Amino acid sequence: MMSAQMILDWAVFIALVLLSLAMALTVFRVIRGPTLPDRILALDMLVATAIGFIAVIGIKTGFALYLDIAIALGLVGFLATVAFARFVMARGFVSEGHLDQSKAATGEKNGG
Amino acid sequence: MVGNVVTILVAAMIVIGAAFNLIAALGLIRLPDIYTRMHAASKAGTLGSGVLLIALGIQAGDIGIFTRALAGVAFFLLTAPISAHLLAKASYAMGYRLTDQSVMDEMPKGAGPDNNAGC
Repeated sequence: MMSAQMILDWAVFIALVLLSLAMALTVFRVIRGPTLPDRILALDMLVATAIGFIAVIGIKTGFALYLDIAIALGLVGFLATVAFARFVMARGFVSEGHLDQSKAATGEKNGG
Repeated sequence: MVGNVVTILVAAMIVIGAAFNLIAALGLIRLPDIYTRMHAASKAGTLGSGVLLIALGIQAGDIGIFTRALAGVAFFLLTAPISAHLLAKASYAMGYRLTDQSVMDEMPKGAGPDNNAGC
């Protein structure tokens, strides 16, 4: 019979592995693109995953102060996404991104 | 005894929250265009982070910390749709297309250089 503390330790380990995998996949989307809004969205998702990571680290170490860091990170991430969206609006349509997107779309269809 | 139940509840919540985050990342990889990816990231990702924050609040066992965790979750639930909607509006207005597999585009005459996009 496992003790409750042992179950929590294993759960923390599993959660950290899952979150690391999620972060790796999201970073792959940031690098791959293919368009600027895709990268912005992936950065937003990266902030959400980092908040989850901080919460799990807070449970592991027992310091509840990590909660304040998570909230501050969420605020910064929200402002960054809003600023990037304004930037997409101000930049206008760039035709390179469009070409990349159609190429990548056909590539994904062939591959998947 | 009650402490054991709370610990196991926290353990279940962190595994569930991390799994939701992983599902959101998988959606970000697998879905075909920016709008469907946004649907994965802004719903599943926010839910995963919220569950993890509430687990931290329960684990601390202090009403002040739990209230702060709830405030943080409420903040994320308020801001995630705003940022996702702003990004979708900006990218649609700038003419980023829907994927070819889309069934319909409900505002094909929207603003932007590509008025016949996505049909």
